[in-house]
Amino acid sequence: MVTVAEMPAGFADKVLSAQSTFRSVMDAMARPGSVQRIHAVPGTPAPMMRGTAAIALTLFDHDTPVWLDKAMSATADVGKWLKFHTSAPVIADSAASAFALVGNPHDIPPLDRLALGSNEYPDRSTTLIMQVDSLHAGPAWELIGPGIDGAAVLQATVPANLFDRLAINAVLFPRGIDVVLVHDDAVVAIPRTTRLAAHGA
Amino acid sequence: MNATAYNFAYLDEQTKRMIRRAILKAIAIPGYQVPFASREMPMPYGWGTGGVQVTAAILGPGDVLKVIDQGSDDTTNAISIRKFFARTAGVATTTSTGEATVIQTRHRIPEAPLHSGQVLVYQVPIPEPLRFLEPRETETRRMHALGEYGLMHVKLYEDIARFGHIATSYAYPVKVNARYVMDPSPTPKFDNPKMDDCPALQLFGAGREKRIYAIPPHTRVVSLDFEDHPFTRYRFDAPCALCGADDSYLDEIVTDDRGSRMFVCSDTDYCEGRQAAGHRGTESAAPHKESAHG
Repeated sequence: MVTVAEMPAGFADKVLSAQSTFRSVMDAMARPGSVQRIHAVPGTPAPMMRGTAAIALTLFDHDTPVWLDKAMSATADVGKWLKFHTSAPVIADSAASAFALVGNPHDIPPLDRLALGSNEYPDRSTTLIMQVDSLHAGPAWELIGPGIDGAAVLQATVPANLFDRLAINAVLFPRGIDVVLVHDDAVVAIPRTTRLAAHGA
Repeated sequence: MNATAYNFAYLDEQTKRMIRRAILKAIAIPGYQVPFASREMPMPYGWGTGGVQVTAAILGPGDVLKVIDQGSDDTTNAISIRKFFARTAGVATTTSTGEATVIQTRHRIPEAPLHSGQVLVYQVPIPEPLRFLEPRETETRRMHALGEYGLMHVKLYEDIARFGHIATSYAYPVKVNARYVMDPSPTPKFDNPKMDDCPALQLFGAGREKRIYAIPPHTRVVSLDFEDHPFTRYRFDAPCALCGADDSYLDEIVTDDRGSRMFVCSDTDYCEGRQAAGHRGTESAAPHKESAHG
């Protein structure tokens, strides 16, 4: 007898779950460094976290080429799930991607291999969605920039060199990479305008 | 009750995803106009089709919506849009600035300070601040890319040369986060300082011109000016005739054909709130007559 592995489900309520997930991501993007919660609970293909899956169901469709890192593409599960639920094309060329999904934060591609947009159309750039080990514990990162009243302190386990690499955002602005960090149902955004002010232990 | 023939908040989900992606990029690049595939809406251009699409993309069942037109909750445009979302999304509506979570506005920023739980959605007719100076989109796009805004300063300078002061009184250009020059939509320049370091998220939607742009909370927004001709606000030099406010933006109302006129707050919620708190102006009905109305 052949058993067929069941595909993890999408949102039970497509419309309202996408709306509440979007508002969490919008609030995260408008208030960089703040931790927002995603309440909708979709099924998740390993190694996707539920926050990542909810964001994918909310923002991905046939217009958004998606690039997967090695961790995400280790098995075909994530690609199949994305294709079935969102119709988003999974592509091999990260420079043409609207979204890049990173399951292993220590193995992100060089940022100049992602789409940085042009000076005329800086919006045509990749949004990097990165799963991390924690968004409430770990080293403290003091952030400044639009959306932040004074300074925001993010405690998160992110690669030590992440903000060094994101320094290209300051040089290239308005071109740049917007980052969304996900852990479980928590989400934090680091848009291209956010700068690292200090790094505490 | 939702109108059953339509999706929640009218727009289909694919359209909402497209608008939502544009909103996220707009927030990430403050003041930059993100092109989006604006849809036809069941209202004419000029009635807020851009603002309505932005509101429809962000609105959830728990939101409380306020809609104002030139500061007023009571005009046809404001009432129509409020009813539209009450019907298609089933959301609660209010006229109170403090209670609203989403405020869609045409040409005003409320007098009451906004707070961090709110989103202000502007209806925008012409999003490109340089459009009347340079008609070619390819050229204005390049000027934004290069941060080349000399033309706008020449325009303001020509105001000074001709009138002795900067005569631009609405849609007064601002610079957002020290980078993009942005049209704040045709709000009176009286409202410009309220955009600076605002705790609420500000989103702008232009339906006919197919652009969305944004100012994140706590972002620096500076009205363009010169050292020797600094930016100034403008309001009629009079108290509101109904509530006596001397700090609000006023509408001039002509009361007969012999030159009589009165000034009243443009923000109806602010004016009514002050009257309810007992403030009176020169044209207020006597308190006993008002109480007779219940």
